[in-house]
Amino acid sequence: MIKNIGRYVILMLETFRRPDKGSVFCKQLMREFKDLGIDSLGIVAIISVFMGAVVAIQTAYNIDSPLIPLSMVGFTTRQSIVLEFSPTIISLILAGKVGSRIASEIGTMRISEQIDALRIMGVNPASYLLLPKITAAVIINPVLIIISIVIGLFGGWLACLITGMVTPTDYVVGLRGWFEAFTIFYALIKTVVFAFIITSVSGYMGYYTKGGSLEVGASSTKAVVYSSILIILFNLILTQMLLS
Amino acid sequence: MIQAFNISKSFGESKILNDVSLSFEKGKTNLIIGESGSGKTVLMKCMVGLYDVNKGKVEYDGRNISKMSFKEKREIRKELGMLFQGGALFDSFNVEENIMFPLSMFTKKSYEEKLERVNFCLKRVNLENVNNLLTSELSGGMTKRVAIARAISLNPKYLFCDEPNSGLDPKTADVIDELISEITQEFQITTIINTHDMNSVLNIGDNIAFLYKGKLWWQGNKTEILKTDNNELNDFVFATELTKRLK
Ligand SMILES: Nc1ncnc2c1ncn2[C@@H]1O[C@H](COP(=O)(O)OP(=O)(O)OP(=O)(O)O)[C@@H](O)[C@H]1O
Ligand SMILES: [Mg+2]
Repeated sequence: MIKNIGRYVILMLETFRRPDKGSVFCKQLMREFKDLGIDSLGIVAIISVFMGAVVAIQTAYNIDSPLIPLSMVGFTTRQSIVLEFSPTIISLILAGKVGSRIASEIGTMRISEQIDALRIMGVNPASYLLLPKITAAVIINPVLIIISIVIGLFGGWLACLITGMVTPTDYVVGLRGWFEAFTIFYALIKTVVFAFIITSVSGYMGYYTKGGSLEVGASSTKAVVYSSILIILFNLILTQMLLS
Repeated sequence: MIQAFNISKSFGESKILNDVSLSFEKGKTNLIIGESGSGKTVLMKCMVGLYDVNKGKVEYDGRNISKMSFKEKREIRKELGMLFQGGALFDSFNVEENIMFPLSMFTKKSYEEKLERVNFCLKRVNLENVNNLLTSELSGGMTKRVAIARAISLNPKYLFCDEPNSGLDPKTADVIDELISEITQEFQITTIINTHDMNSVLNIGDNIAFLYKGKLWWQGNKTEILKTDNNELNDFVFATELTKRLK
């Protein structure tokens, strides 16, 4: 455990060095924006629309007192999605999708000596491989989360329209009421931290893979498990720090 | 010239290399031979600095690589090409991008200049019109040749080849041996080759070192190796039916 944390810190120190060549770094960054961002749009959209719909229906189902205005459904749905569902759930999903991909990509490079080949050429492999991924995720994940929030709220609206439990107008009134910009800020802070966890932990797992293709599989499983656990843990820590 | 002084290396309890001292001359093909598992790859990785040695040092023209910082090592590594046993081509790149990679990383050449160099290197290893193939679309021999092309793309002063022709048919193996030997003389490279192929040994062995059980057991050249009375070396050299008949 202590050894792992130590090695992780050393790897991060190696990673955050000036890239060997700026133009190469920019090219890699563009590629990662596509691999980590655009390629995740589909799954983020699907999950968000259903998540939003379910949250709206559940909230409407739970509010059956005539004293509470129906617009509360819109308000509660928005708060749940912004504060928790989009940043945390979507980050967990991305930990599965992006984390396993990064760990297996880098793990394969390790066991087939591609990382050694980089080192022989005089390239810093940690910085070359990990820095573009971490940078890309930290920039693109907040964008994904904003998209997820918008689609989630739309999903809730759709649910109201279809089930008729709440009129779409009431829902929208709730959505727009009692808005605090700080909640968005909180969601984005969480997302950035989670993005760093996903890419750096998965990169670490891949980088220190030893053995053959079996171990690459093991590394990619470990990447998903550890980054998910850390996301849950940091969710608690950040919430305590920012919201209380 | 590359010199290794008293190299010892162990992994945990098992001692792989024991006090190996060797020197490799410029413009010559220096061979390290030995049976599978004798420590050839480990010795090569110690010499290029991928493994830290337990004891001893390695000097590149008098520059001690074991004591260098990452930055200083990088200067030497720009002068160094290595062909890995498995090729180690970057599988997210195609052939052209693989060979161009060191050029993009360490030179300020324009794309056209780089492409010219890539095509020159490819031609040098007898490959043409393969620029856009993915590494997964290459045969074993092509992989080795592309890896050689990548290793020589920056005009290295030192070239390390780990089993450049294992797993190839005798004819292609010969072509690759000839190729390495030619560029070594042409560009006055210090070349070190790991092999257990007796054909290569007799073909291009200017300077041969025989590793046995982690120790340097014998040293000589391709004519001397056939006349040696060293038992372990004789067992190695005359292991196959073909070489026995030769004797
Ligand atoms: N990273 C490592 N960790 C532990 N042991 C290792 C490691 N690398 C090599 N060894 C051991 O060192 C010994 C020598 O291995 P090496 O790869 O140098 O052999 P070789 O001479 O290159 O053989 P071959 O001709 O089959 O390539 C082997 O017994 C191997 O098990
Ligand atoms: Mg070997």
